[in-house]
Amino acid sequence: MSPAVEVLVRTVAVLAAFLVLPLLVGQTEHKVMAHMQGRLGPMYAGGFHGWAQLVADGVKFAQKEDVTPAAADRPVFRLAPAVGLVPYLVALAAVPLSPGLVGADAPASAVLVLAATAVGILGTLMAGWASANKYSLLGAMRAAAQLLSYELPLVLAVASVCLAAGSLSLTAIAGAWSPWWLLWQLPGAFVFLVAAVAELQRPPFDMPVADSELVFGAYTEYTGLRFAFFLLAEYAGIVLMSLLFAVLYLGGWKGPLSGDLGWLWTLLKGFVVSVLVIWMRVAWPRLREDQLQRLAWLGLVPLALLQLALTGVWVVATA
Amino acid sequence: MSPYVVVAAVVLAGVLLFAAAMGARRVLAPAAPTRAKLATYESGVDPVGRDWAQTQVRYLVYAFLYVIFAVDAVYLFPWALVLRSPHLGAASLVEIAVFIGIVVVGLAHAARRGLLRWH
Repeated sequence: MSPAVEVLVRTVAVLAAFLVLPLLVGQTEHKVMAHMQGRLGPMYAGGFHGWAQLVADGVKFAQKEDVTPAAADRPVFRLAPAVGLVPYLVALAAVPLSPGLVGADAPASAVLVLAATAVGILGTLMAGWASANKYSLLGAMRAAAQLLSYELPLVLAVASVCLAAGSLSLTAIAGAWSPWWLLWQLPGAFVFLVAAVAELQRPPFDMPVADSELVFGAYTEYTGLRFAFFLLAEYAGIVLMSLLFAVLYLGGWKGPLSGDLGWLWTLLKGFVVSVLVIWMRVAWPRLREDQLQRLAWLGLVPLALLQLALTGVWVVATA
Repeated sequence: MSPYVVVAAVVLAGVLLFAAAMGARRVLAPAAPTRAKLATYESGVDPVGRDWAQTQVRYLVYAFLYVIFAVDAVYLFPWALVLRSPHLGAASLVEIAVFIGIVVVGLAHAARRGLLRWH
């Protein structure tokens, strides 16, 4: 294959995964939430158990009027959804499904993924600031404070895994994984999962978009396709964080009969984690802003540092 | 081939995706702006004042704390690559422990002085 064709194939594959996997998670959320709450969820669109509901939603969003408020900072307001969405696409490109199945096998892919997702936060800030709306501004403030605070335990937890593997490449990290990590990296895994849900602003960490206080936070003024892009970014975020959790903490493609079907293991583990993320939304009420900050700074950061110490000492002791 | 070529191509694909979606919207979506529709949304009543509102500076504190720790996290990633080397391993572990220890004392101080309390 010539290099140009290879780049094209890889890019299209990443784009396809980016457009399909979030819809799968979204539909799973519709159905899992509904059944946990004693409902049926969507049943009509597409015929079989409403499987095409999100496709129908997408078509609906594309046909809706796209309103830019008169008071808004027009270019920033209109650009914000792209800034919120594209980083997740880039991050997804660097996550391996198996050693051979990865969009861009960067030597420091763990750092690349963290850096890319951190850029996505700017989209929320731009949306909140440019909307010229009090709800949006407050939502963006809360989002900024929350995302900064939870970015840190997330980075520390990933750093601990990198230490354990002695590599910054996600492929090498999952390659170095052994079932013993399930115990050894357990505090880090817990920190990563909690911080990831908070980074996605999902319940119970949905203070920035608390509908009873702020309408829809930074996204209040958005309509139509731009609004849909923020929603897509959230679900792409769930996909990304779940796959990342599967690769970092659950061994990714390692499992019985994983010869050629390793990528299925990664997807399956990632799917289980995303169901867990959905379950959290159903199970727990929203945290208050101060509880949220205390949890990050006095709970997760010390725990992540402890994990770091544990990993470092163990690696040096057994080297 | 460098993997970063693919990363660049994916960035481009993302931009194209956004542009194509906005093109589709331009074709499919109606555009009928009215004054009321373009007004800032405040749950149905007329907007009061502008978006320029006074807010709590306390959010700033978390940004400060974050910057300190983010700088420290930058040093952790290269450390991951030398931890197993025979000459640097143990020494680097002690050095990082001292470094992070100082930052943690700072966090403990901030917490004790009530910086993380909400009032």
